Amino acid sequence: MHQIEVKDVIKSFKDVQAVRGVSLTIEPGEFVALLGPNGAGKTTLVEMMEGLKKPDKGEILIQGKNWQKHEKELRKIIGLSLQETRFTEKLTIRETLRLFASFFKLGDDRVNEVIALTELESKEKSFVGTLSGGQRQRLALAVALLNHPEVLFLDEPTTGLDPHSRLDLWNILKGLKDQGKTTLILTTHYMEEAESLCDHIIILDEGKILREGQLHELLDENSHNLDELFINLTGKKLNEEAQIK
Amino acid sequence: MKSIKTNQLYQLTLTQLLETVREPSVLFWGIVFPILISIGLGLAFTQTSESKFHIAVVEKQPTQLDSLLKISAKPTQHKGQTVQTWKVTDKTLGNTELNFLYTDWKNAIISLKRGEADVIISDSLGQICYRFDPHNSQAQLIYMKLSYLMKHPTTVASSDQGRIEPLTLKGVRYIDFLIPGLITLGILNALMWGISYAIIERRNQKLLRRMVATPMKKSNFLIAMMLVRFVMNLIEAGILFFFSWLFFGITIQGNIGALMTVLLAGNIAFAGLSVLVACRTAKTEVGQGWINAVTMPMMILSGIFFSYHNFPDLAVKAIKLLPLTALTDGVRSIFNEGAGWMDIATPTLALSAFGVLCFILGLRFFKWG
Ligand SMILES: Nc1ncnc2c1ncn2[C@@H]1O[C@H](COP(=O)(O)OP(=O)(O)O)[C@@H](O)[C@H]1O
Ligand SMILES: [Mg+2]
Repeated sequence: MHQIEVKDVIKSFKDVQAVRGVSLTIEPGEFVALLGPNGAGKTTLVEMMEGLKKPDKGEILIQGKNWQKHEKELRKIIGLSLQETRFTEKLTIRETLRLFASFFKLGDDRVNEVIALTELESKEKSFVGTLSGGQRQRLALAVALLNHPEVLFLDEPTTGLDPHSRLDLWNILKGLKDQGKTTLILTTHYMEEAESLCDHIIILDEGKILREGQLHELLDENSHNLDELFINLTGKKLNEEAQIK
Repeated sequence: MKSIKTNQLYQLTLTQLLETVREPSVLFWGIVFPILISIGLGLAFTQTSESKFHIAVVEKQPTQLDSLLKISAKPTQHKGQTVQTWKVTDKTLGNTELNFLYTDWKNAIISLKRGEADVIISDSLGQICYRFDPHNSQAQLIYMKLSYLMKHPTTVASSDQGRIEPLTLKGVRYIDFLIPGLITLGILNALMWGISYAIIERRNQKLLRRMVATPMKKSNFLIAMMLVRFVMNLIEAGILFFFSWLFFGITIQGNIGALMTVLLAGNIAFAGLSVLVACRTAKTEVGQGWINAVTMPMMILSGIFFSYHNFPDLAVKAIKLLPLTALTDGVRSIFNEGAGWMDIATPTLALSAFGVLCFILGLRFFKWG
């Protein structure tokens, strides 16, 4: 059985077709990157996989179960961080983690473990409002890891971070990969992130999958890296840092 | 056995409480501000201070007024102008100071527009003519006082005050009217800003969406929020009551159990309303607009600061249907009229039903993501 199966999924907002017929399968223990520029439909697609948005058409199965009938079970086995969650600024890291741990009936033991895992020990008593971008992302990851998720979704976990903080986060994720118990789906527009962390890369643009496979399958003499491949496929640059809001 | 620390309702309530008390402005607006208002308004309305009236005089020919002022008034300086000041002493009703400014018609109209004067006195064929807005009760009062003084210039000091009996009984002073209103208004504001705004802000920060992406029970989230606000409201009302007892000797004449019950019903009503108001929007500006749209009319109409009985009959009927009116009238009747369980049964039921209905409707349309 596939860990995740997405079949012919379509999702539109008023006048935008965000996801235009996507099908994919993800196997247990795989690390998958959804790589694409801003507006490609990455968030819409993962949020449908996370059961937070409903597809207009198509089907999404996690371990063979759909969201409509198995929401309660699925919530217990997935972990996620949203693209922009701002945790309550007037709570400390430990208080925030305790709160989320209680949703899974977990206590301080697990809170201590994820604090150690994300290297937030020295900051656990700090208010969220005082944290740096990298620390906030690690907190979001810690929250996502509380319940030992079998499937972990991270939406742009390193966007906006400095190279050093980005590397810290990658190392934590690599540690997770070595344990082999977690399936990871992360979205990114940094090709390095996909290249260094993920064995399965899905290139997304304008709501459609352009290419997918392992890194060596995707590259050839015309495309020496993923950025070049994307330019060859679309004529656009993958990583346009102009985040217009 | 799992400790209470892993209970989600406990954690939700605890974090909500921590967040509330860590916001210093909450303590200021919730506790300090109502006390300041009650002290300010209480002092303003309980002291028989000197009332000052300003009258513009525009005359073509001398009238009776001039001869009267010649005897009774003295010239004084007021805002750079010389006015004739007539002081009338009165032990019961407080002293009155009438300031007459001789001026021309154009300037008289300007000072009326600016609220510097309330009445213009002019003359026609040697007779005094009062000109003022009949809807201005201050102006009416000046007119009555003046015309009385004109007729009885010598009996001023004593007048016929033998017939006036000042009421200083507990429960009939303005402060007795005001404090219950401030308590109920505090509950409305605390719940609307505390719950509605907090929900909208969390939705805006995508925190709500993050929370429902866990096995959290949605009802626990809302219950925790309400629990914290109910407790905070009880503390705030208690502190306000304590200060008004200390400064103004306010007491609760009716049944305390009934008071707690109707206050709880009020909390339920406004908690439900706040969930309804916050059920969809993720924009804090929109939320602020809605909260103001709900609280402002009630603050003005429901008789918090001034009685609503001066409104037309039809309006009074509508005003009585407002939840803040029902709550305030109920609380006031317990404070000042010694009301008990039977008297508050109807408002209590109505408020609770209103709250539950709003809550159900709000949940029905609630947007978590
Ligand atoms: N809630 C929404 N309402 C309207 N349009 C949306 C909404 N969410 C996303 N979109 C649009 O759908 C497209 C895909 O967005 P998104 O999935 O966020 O892309 P990505 O995460 O790859 O940047 C964009 O054009 C975006 O403007
Ligand atoms: Mg996105």
